[in-house]
Amino acid sequence: MKRIICYISFVCLLTAAVTAQEPPSGEDILKQVDANIGSDNKISVAEMTIHGRRGSRTVKSKSWLRGQDESFTEYLAPAREKGTKMLKLGDQLWIYLPSTNRTIKISGHMMRQSVMGSDLSYEDMMEDQDLQKIYDAQVAAEEVILERPCWVLELTSKGGNIAYHSRKIWVDKERFVSLREDRFARSGKLLKTFEAKEVSRIQNRWVPTRMVFKDVLKSGKGTEFILESIEFNADIPEHVFTKASLRK
Amino acid sequence: MIIPKLALRNLLGAGLRTWLNVVVLSLSFVLIIWLQGLYIGMGDQIKEAQIDVDYGGGQYWHESYDPYDPLTLEDAHGAVPDPIQNKIDKGEATPILIAQATIYPEGRLQVILLKGIDPAQTVVNFPSQFLVQENGEIPALIGTRMAKSAGLKIGDKVIVRWRDAQGTFDARDVYIAQIMKTIVPAVDQSQIWIPLETMRELMGMQNEASLVVMAKDIEELPVVSGWNFKSLKFLLADVEYLIKTKKTGGSIIYMFLLLLAMLAIFNTQVLSIFRRKKEMGSMMAMGFTRGKIIQLFTLEGAFHSVLAGIVAAIYGIPFLVWFAKKGWAMPEGYDDFGIALGEKLFPIYTAGLVFGTVMLILIVTTIVSFLPTRKIAKLKPTDALRGRLS
Repeated sequence: MKRIICYISFVCLLTAAVTAQEPPSGEDILKQVDANIGSDNKISVAEMTIHGRRGSRTVKSKSWLRGQDESFTEYLAPAREKGTKMLKLGDQLWIYLPSTNRTIKISGHMMRQSVMGSDLSYEDMMEDQDLQKIYDAQVAAEEVILERPCWVLELTSKGGNIAYHSRKIWVDKERFVSLREDRFARSGKLLKTFEAKEVSRIQNRWVPTRMVFKDVLKSGKGTEFILESIEFNADIPEHVFTKASLRK
Repeated sequence: MIIPKLALRNLLGAGLRTWLNVVVLSLSFVLIIWLQGLYIGMGDQIKEAQIDVDYGGGQYWHESYDPYDPLTLEDAHGAVPDPIQNKIDKGEATPILIAQATIYPEGRLQVILLKGIDPAQTVVNFPSQFLVQENGEIPALIGTRMAKSAGLKIGDKVIVRWRDAQGTFDARDVYIAQIMKTIVPAVDQSQIWIPLETMRELMGMQNEASLVVMAKDIEELPVVSGWNFKSLKFLLADVEYLIKTKKTGGSIIYMFLLLLAMLAIFNTQVLSIFRRKKEMGSMMAMGFTRGKIIQLFTLEGAFHSVLAGIVAAIYGIPFLVWFAKKGWAMPEGYDDFGIALGEKLFPIYTAGLVFGTVMLILIVTTIVSFLPTRKIAKLKPTDALRGRLS
């Protein structure tokens, strides 16, 4: 009897040891990634440096996000863009331009246009969906990025209205933050890349605070994004996500 | 018969003054026919080209399709209904699928319209035969304007990115199989044509189209829900409006010239009546009624237009014929305005135009000639013989 108990205990220990060495599943990693960065509400201040053919320019903005469908952005600098506001409700986007004192509705293909000449489209800018809900994930490899060991996940769309059919993301094994991302077309052609350059600890989460987005099909150095501050689960008044707030 | 003879003799007797008026009036003749002919020719040229290359015998549009609203394109496609599909199968119609896309020539981003057309279609005079797919690569057909704006040549490869029916990005390399030279910018500017079936497959839009072009002279047009038939009258309404606007603009030039001529004739008439009072008195003394004298003077004035017509014919007909053959070369870059003008404009002088112009000038000259003669109605023969006006 003792022998049997010993044998069972040995098998259990062995199984546990083997299990411990196996990487978590892609789905689990993705859940952790979403949990790390996801939040019901967010308020952030960021600087976007657009590197164009004629030089670079920096745009500073403050954003309020609620859930995955509502966001409000106000541009703070430069003077030319100051006061420009964007409101996204569902799949609709309104832009208020102070120079003309007019609100323009943007929808359909316009959502795919570049934001102020950057490498990001309005859609990219507004994207805040949980990856695990829209992608199947598989661990493809392990690599080191920014001197951090990462899992390389291959994400494939679950179907539906998803902009990028597949993605490859490099997730910090310990911090569950995405340090690099390649976004692909249905044909497998690489469309956009994202690279985190700096990661900081904010409200017990690991957040990329300096990153570079690049539209690979377009020439140029890409668009640099610096997150100056971010507040998760912030208290955002209801009136922020109304069209009336665009003109305030 | 005596009045016309007398009128002509008086008119020719006035010498240089008459010929000056006649020359100015003849210029109006030629200018009106030339300008109007140019606009008629322009309108016909645009309409013919658009019917031939783009509109065919009219188009069925998907109910959401609006070429002037790019925001509608995303939803402006649907399965081709059976009655229209039957026409397509018979070769009496050809479907076209349209989607917004982006190309990246030399790393530059350019928003375009991606259009799918059947390479075997014969409904419109469009070089779709170059879109036959041979080696697995996607052939693309572009116009010279598109080639110029994107810097593309035959054989070049360019990445095209679009969103499929599910909204997912797709991007492929296409190679430029042919660059077509067309005078219709509506099938050229910011557009890339690829084989219809390839586009349907890549977009996940099997058997779908945004619009269906009908062959010319198709009489039986099925009524189908969800698709609206757009007749040539509707499709060419913009061209008609453009020509109407151009004609109005052009009429200001020749109306100004006509006004000068009429002013000269009016002045001549006033002067004649003032200087020829004794002559009028003598006529009255010989038995001419006031009405006859008014007729004589009015006819004298109106004969200006007849002489002008003859003079205009002498130098105008050779000029107009020569111009109709040679055409008017359009300046470079004019075809970028979005109008199917071609390299040369050829005027068309219709019988209606010539007759209408002759009648217009004749009537206007007669009215202008008559107006100063009304004074003659109050003329007393005794005063007239003394050289006075009553």
